[in-house]
Amino acid sequence: MADKTKNKTENKTGNWALNKSRISQATGRLGAGLDTLRTWWDGAQVWQRYVVYLLLVVGALILPAPAIGSFMSPESDWTTILIHPIGTYVLLAMGLNVVVGQAGLLDLGYVAFFAIGGYSLAYFGTEYGWNFWATLVMGTMMTGVSGVILGAPTLRLRGDYLAIVTLGFGEIVRITASNTDEIGGARGITNIPHPPPIFGTEFALDPAPYYYLIVSVIVVVIIFAKRLEKSRVGRAWAAIREDEDAAELMGVPTFKFKLLAFATGAMIGGLAGTVWAGKVIFIEPNNFPFILSATILAAVVLGGQGNIPGVILGAFLIAWIPERLRFLAEYRILIFGAVLVLMMAVRPEGLLPSGRRRAELAEGTGGMGAMGAEVAGPTATDAAIPEARS
Amino acid sequence: MFQDFIDQFGTSTVGGLAVGSIYALVALGYTMVYGVLRLINFAHSEIFMIGTFASLWVITTVGISSPLTGIALVGLLALMILVAMVASGGAAIILERVAYRPLRKKGASRLAALISAIGASLFLQELFALEVIPRVFDRPGRNQAAVPRIVDRDVLFSIGNADVRTDHVIIVIAALIMMVGLDQLVNRTRIGRGIRATAQDPEAAVLMGVSIDTIVRVTFALGGAMAGVAGVLYAMEFENIYYNVGFILGIKAFTAAVLGGIGNLRGALLGGIVLGLIENWGAIFLGSQWKDVIAFIVLVLILMFRPTGILGESLQQARA
Repeated sequence: MADKTKNKTENKTGNWALNKSRISQATGRLGAGLDTLRTWWDGAQVWQRYVVYLLLVVGALILPAPAIGSFMSPESDWTTILIHPIGTYVLLAMGLNVVVGQAGLLDLGYVAFFAIGGYSLAYFGTEYGWNFWATLVMGTMMTGVSGVILGAPTLRLRGDYLAIVTLGFGEIVRITASNTDEIGGARGITNIPHPPPIFGTEFALDPAPYYYLIVSVIVVVIIFAKRLEKSRVGRAWAAIREDEDAAELMGVPTFKFKLLAFATGAMIGGLAGTVWAGKVIFIEPNNFPFILSATILAAVVLGGQGNIPGVILGAFLIAWIPERLRFLAEYRILIFGAVLVLMMAVRPEGLLPSGRRRAELAEGTGGMGAMGAEVAGPTATDAAIPEARS
Repeated sequence: MFQDFIDQFGTSTVGGLAVGSIYALVALGYTMVYGVLRLINFAHSEIFMIGTFASLWVITTVGISSPLTGIALVGLLALMILVAMVASGGAAIILERVAYRPLRKKGASRLAALISAIGASLFLQELFALEVIPRVFDRPGRNQAAVPRIVDRDVLFSIGNADVRTDHVIIVIAALIMMVGLDQLVNRTRIGRGIRATAQDPEAAVLMGVSIDTIVRVTFALGGAMAGVAGVLYAMEFENIYYNVGFILGIKAFTAAVLGGIGNLRGALLGGIVLGLIENWGAIFLGSQWKDVIAFIVLVLILMFRPTGILGESLQQARA
């Protein structure tokens, strides 16, 4: 009897995707394909990897081509879409990935750092006429500091308490911006300066230079994040994510490293904010709603937290799908919500999870812990006993 | 400024208690689901929104155009509460079935469930904005909908300089009845024991013959019903509802739940009241546009000194 139940449950979990509708079948196959790709990548030679890097860079350079654009975004300008939302989402998702995916801290107010970055360019650019590049450095540092200011009192909290405090921080920043007249109040700031020309390339109405600017920033951030992940710091974050107490006992100064994760994530968010503000000329508090934090978090989880290619893929999809669905007009957010629910049901570990994450999930804890009323461990995942009774 | 505070203290205390009761009712849903599943049910704010529109539906269907008194008012409120409880509770059950159970069965991480919740929340908001509100109420889905006044804003009695209005009294009494009822249910019935057992130790609960699926369904239904009642009271008090009315209120209610100690029923009640009072008192000093900022700063301060909320966690110990 017990064996029978076990078999039944294994079948159910194992072939779950296959038993469902065709859509989830397709998603399941997509996931399986991505898994094969991952396995290949793990065994690839160094030269093979460099070929892939080269192909990716070439791909990024020709991506704005009209031929691609006519399929990817038939209704609006593809290059503009590539800068915002796609480019900014990719940057933000990589920053949030440091906090959520690597250090395992749930941040629901990440948009605050995006706002602080954007507002520093807007404020220093319009009030003091600062150069874009100077403000880029300045804004990134300021958001890093704000990350520390938020983190210092709150990072002793765990899990969901941290989540709600960060959510509160996001709202505090937005409401403060709309109530403070020195930075434009609810009307926002207009006439934000564009970046000055580099190598004779003007930053004006043509979106192409901004695209290459944001691609270069993304490449720099990828290299930075990748090096960080492989370093002592990255290993400390992984240890904290998997078991904070154990990490502390092993001599990892958890608080310091959590603060560092927060500051790093904040800086990347601020960088995204400044680059974005340099393009849009006009920002207002309503550019930074809670739903943007949630969307970026969705990108990180959908792509596969902790894995940079996965996160980039997730951000790309999350930014692109609503744009591609523009022909559905008003219904696109509705469909988008349904897609999120469906994707999580079919592949909760994300499209391209990191190997380590996958192992954590197989153990039933998944780093951030499974849901409560779930009996942990692969043998009894289905709460099989009540089901067998009914 | 202090003179202002003293003058307005009484009235804003009464208002704070009323708003706090609504926060508390919604917070109960967050806290119960969290206690059982360790999940922040982000779509709970939409369950509340469904409650507000259910009460508008009752008002328009019955055809109330002027404020009521006496037995008629009580009857209407009872009907609204009943319909809203059914609508919100039912929606919560469907939500659990569609958005959470598949993930639970796969042993997905809580973060994946959170994303699923955000997706469900977007879906429900848009569903109402695009389909339900235009069809049922025959009005543009994204506009604010005015709720006809069903109870006069009479001053019932005064304590010192505090005017206590009829609507405030109704809110506090209705919320109290609901909370006492829920508390009795959780602490005295068989199903309540199941909920507490599951919150305490799901594995052991399964071994003792508790059906987790049933318990989770009941938990969602109860939390949803409470949000439905909150929806009725909100619609009655603020008389202005819209498709994402749940968003800010949901955040506040979750804040209240955390403030009191998430997973703790008594904590949700206390957190809601504390949040409502502090917001209203703070607004006297700084102006009401800073209300939300005050609420969150208080949250951060309290969590710094009491990292698991005022009363601490755990549903199974709730004895309120």
